[in-house]
Amino acid sequence: MLRVENLSKTFHMHVGEEKSIPCLDSVSLSIEPGSMLAVIGPSGAGKSSLLKCIYGTYLPSSGHIYYNAKNGDVYDLANASLQDMRAFRASEIGYVSQFFHAIPRIAALDILSEPLINRGASASAARARAGDLMGMVGLPESLWGMYPSTFSGGEKQRLNIIYGIITKPRLLLLDEPTASLDPVSKASVLELIKELKSEGSAILGVFHDYASMQLVADYSYHIVTKKLEAVA
Amino acid sequence: MNQALTVNDLTVRYGNGCSYCRDISNPLDKNRCPHCKSVWAVRNISFELYPSEILGIVGESGSGKTTLLRSLYFDIPATSGAAYLSGYSDGLVDIMGVSSQQKRIIRNSLLGMVYQNPTQGLLMDYSSSGNVAQKLIAAGSRNVGSMQDRANELLEHMQIPLGRVKEPPKQFSGGMQQRVQISKAIANNPPVLLLDEVTTGLDLSVQAKVLDLIRSVQKKLNIAIIIVSHDLAVIRMLSDRTIVMLDGGIVEHGLTDQIMEDPQHWFTQTLVHSLI
Ligand SMILES: Nc1ncnc2c1ncn2[C@@H]1O[C@H](COP(=O)(O)OP(=O)(O)OP(=O)(O)O)[C@@H](O)[C@H]1O
Ligand SMILES: Nc1ncnc2c1ncn2[C@@H]1O[C@H](COP(=O)(O)OP(=O)(O)OP(=O)(O)O)[C@@H](O)[C@H]1O
Ligand SMILES: [Mg+2]
Ligand SMILES: [Mg+2]
Ligand SMILES: [Zn+2]
Repeated sequence: MLRVENLSKTFHMHVGEEKSIPCLDSVSLSIEPGSMLAVIGPSGAGKSSLLKCIYGTYLPSSGHIYYNAKNGDVYDLANASLQDMRAFRASEIGYVSQFFHAIPRIAALDILSEPLINRGASASAARARAGDLMGMVGLPESLWGMYPSTFSGGEKQRLNIIYGIITKPRLLLLDEPTASLDPVSKASVLELIKELKSEGSAILGVFHDYASMQLVADYSYHIVTKKLEAVA
Repeated sequence: MNQALTVNDLTVRYGNGCSYCRDISNPLDKNRCPHCKSVWAVRNISFELYPSEILGIVGESGSGKTTLLRSLYFDIPATSGAAYLSGYSDGLVDIMGVSSQQKRIIRNSLLGMVYQNPTQGLLMDYSSSGNVAQKLIAAGSRNVGSMQDRANELLEHMQIPLGRVKEPPKQFSGGMQQRVQISKAIANNPPVLLLDEVTTGLDLSVQAKVLDLIRSVQKKLNIAIIIVSHDLAVIRMLSDRTIVMLDGGIVEHGLTDQIMEDPQHWFTQTLVHSLI
């Protein structure tokens, strides 16, 4: 589903003093449908940057990101057109960021149902599905009609994860999905990830919590000095 | 052609130009010719607007954003270049080159514009509903009754109380004036909407209301929008892609999150890190 080859990323800052910040150095990995690859590593190792390069938020400096799209063609996301990238984001590639960006002034239930409605689901079916998922991760009904900007950190994070998986993306990029969760909600989130995987999605997840990672990942790598190494 | 709008090498110059500045390889003093003092407000700009997307344009003050929108709306003649609208002759005819009568038709039925300055978009002494009806008349509507109803419906949707739609815009607050402008701009369900600094100068709660309305209009009518704004938060919230302008040209364009999080050009980096 996804094959990353020699991906490197260096940030070039032109503001103030010119400087270059090396971030990823020749990272290669591949993920099959129905499996999860996890990356673990210390703060600042480049984990989020790896996901952002794949999602197109960061522009890779060199290397290739081959993605087998639903239409059967292979695209190099490192050089894909903006129009293709937009289409993939809309219907095939999901991304759950490390930090939740609340969409202002929209109720949680509406945020979650919108992508389903955009794909042709009826409003009632979409809301029912959104409600089910929120129930599964322990977001009480009293929150469904609220604006997420009023949620706690862990509530936001669970909402964020549901938003990422509700459309069952073929490729899901997860940045620290369990970071600030209590054990019960953590377990429910891991359950959702496993379910998505069993339905054939390929998942790339970033963790700093080794135990959670081991519960869901099929393969895992450490990021060490900007390079990947297999976890023993 | 499947793009809502395609712009090719569009140039808008204020002044006559001279042999020096007509040669694109000669450097200007920002956007001004050092010899003849002509201003190259928009210089060789090309971009596409995808169907049903919101495209953001940001840039330095004076970089040509308003000029670009106003030339696409035929307020200001383009000096050179071409533009194609998918709604006009299947996008096969350059709209910059058609007759002024055709331009009027395009402007009245295929485009909507919200001006940075409401006095440019509205007759300040004329009733608000009349301002909206004006756009309907321009597009050929003749039935006064249904026109009034439609104008009232649009204004009400933009949260102008029905009891006030007869009042002239000059009696309204800035946010209300912008909402009258939006009502007018979308009156004929144009497939392409041009928004110039719609939220500038409004207080935060009014800004939020205007932004929510824009978002809901885009969803409901499934139209393509170009939104020019100084406010990166507005761009981040509304637009899928972003173009960055400097001195009449495009220095960078990309997915909005990429422009905000991994800007490549020094000017975009300065803008994003707000060090200007
Ligand atoms: N947008 C950016 N511009 C400049 N440098 C960046 C940017 N994003 C990340 N970096 C740099 O790249 C390196 C890796 O950052 P990244 O966010 O990928 O780390 P991480 O492994 O996800 O860390 P954490 O566990 O703290 O989330 C850091 O040195 C960081 O400063
Ligand atoms: N009628 C005019 N005659 C001559 N020069 C003009 C005229 N209108 C605008 N200009 C110049 O053209 C350039 C572009 O102006 P424009 O209004 O398009 O900028 P802008 O990007 O919209 O700026 P702002 O962010 O301040 O609204 C500026 O240098 C401006 O001084
Ligand atoms: Mg990170
Ligand atoms: Mg302007
Ligand atoms: Zn000159």
